[in-house]
Amino acid sequence: MADTKYETPMLDELESGPWPSFIKELKKVAPRKPMVQDLLGQLEQSYEEGQGHWKHGGIVGVMGYGGGVIGRYSDLADKFTNCAHFHTIRVNQPAGWFYTSKALRTICDIWERHGSGLTNMHGSTGDIVLLGTTTSELEPTFAELTANGFDLGGSGSDMRTPSCCVGKARCEWACYDTMALTYDLTQSFQDALHRPAFPYKFKIKSAGCPNDCVASIARADLSIIGTWRDDIRVDQEGVKAYEKAGLNIERDVCGRCPARCMEYSGKLMIDNRACVHCMHCINAMPKALRPGVDTGATILIGSKAPIVQGALLSSVLVPFMKIEPPYQELKDLIEKMWEWRDENGKSRERIGELIQRMGMRNFLPAVGLEPNPDMVFHPRANPYVFYDEYFVAEEEGEAQA
Amino acid sequence: MAKPTIDEIANAMFDMVSQYDGKKNLKAGDLTKAMIAQYGEGNCTKDECKQAIRILMDSGRCVYSYFGGSFISLPKTEGSAPQ
Repeated sequence: MADTKYETPMLDELESGPWPSFIKELKKVAPRKPMVQDLLGQLEQSYEEGQGHWKHGGIVGVMGYGGGVIGRYSDLADKFTNCAHFHTIRVNQPAGWFYTSKALRTICDIWERHGSGLTNMHGSTGDIVLLGTTTSELEPTFAELTANGFDLGGSGSDMRTPSCCVGKARCEWACYDTMALTYDLTQSFQDALHRPAFPYKFKIKSAGCPNDCVASIARADLSIIGTWRDDIRVDQEGVKAYEKAGLNIERDVCGRCPARCMEYSGKLMIDNRACVHCMHCINAMPKALRPGVDTGATILIGSKAPIVQGALLSSVLVPFMKIEPPYQELKDLIEKMWEWRDENGKSRERIGELIQRMGMRNFLPAVGLEPNPDMVFHPRANPYVFYDEYFVAEEEGEAQA
Repeated sequence: MAKPTIDEIANAMFDMVSQYDGKKNLKAGDLTKAMIAQYGEGNCTKDECKQAIRILMDSGRCVYSYFGGSFISLPKTEGSAPQ
């Protein structure tokens, strides 16, 4: 174990057990990085006192940028001088998080020269997160990153770095090219990414199919989830092979279909008009079933984690949109959303909260969409669209009573 | 009112940021709305305001800052950490 400057009995406890320990990693780095030595000291004190000693905010970027750096300062700067600044840098990750080993070494070498050497691969936004540097090292780090083809990601009230699943690069279910879309959106909206002009953050996450491996439905203001609008492709011989292998298709596939849209009696029959595209049957029999061929995406709006207010899940805004270059329909929709939010949003209000506050009936005309029964919170439910005739019927009912 | 140049919009924004310094944090949207109100919708567009903000940032006259949201402010000397 490496020598450390401070006694850390409480942190040492976190090294026990078979699991990986961030304390072990910090102690490996500490001998060559004084800021990590002091980080361990400050963390031990935080554990003793049961309170954090970081202040964040203030500085946000490099010259001209309003995002990509999260300023972090110690409130024990007199005691732990080497970690008085411990800023985080977010680096825009490649779509799908694919790297060459050379690219990873390049990033790590840059961070060894300019920062603590500690990283987070990846942060919940999707970015490469470089943990811990000083204000004076921000510009040199940025210069080296850009010289090697990297750029900063988003932070603050801007469009956060778009992220996506591996899509067609690694997955047979991808209904559109998530990586191409993410790359295109990142390039198209550079200004929104680097120069915060929104009332609050805006996250875009792209999932290739309804399995939603990037959890976009829970984590993105705009969730773009791949889907299809024709029939599930069925290989009946493949289905029989699953049965022969012991799968109880009636019980475990048909019986667990949330839409109850399939039956099996030697042949799998699917009522595709009732299918809610949950992916259960396809996941259960991946060698026999596949999404249809008329593919695109469902666009959902409004999810967020609980920060200022409680958590929200996204709900359907556009049931089906073709996702093909140059993605103009989608980009136009995004820009209209931003325009409406700029006009009406309050500081620190996410778009989902704004829609709740002002109502779908104000939002939809602003983005040029007609109300549609498919605008659902989840299949078979509809939180937004109310038809006047319902109210008329209710009023008549009340009057008769 | 005559249509202002981008530099004039940037100067007006800078004056506003200076005037509110230490009193109120201003967002890009606050500055944009104020400029459109000052010069009129026909004379000052959102795109021109974007360009004006970029001039302020690239020249270093203003910086972005974060206090629970992103704001545009005058450059500050870091007070909480030793130089």
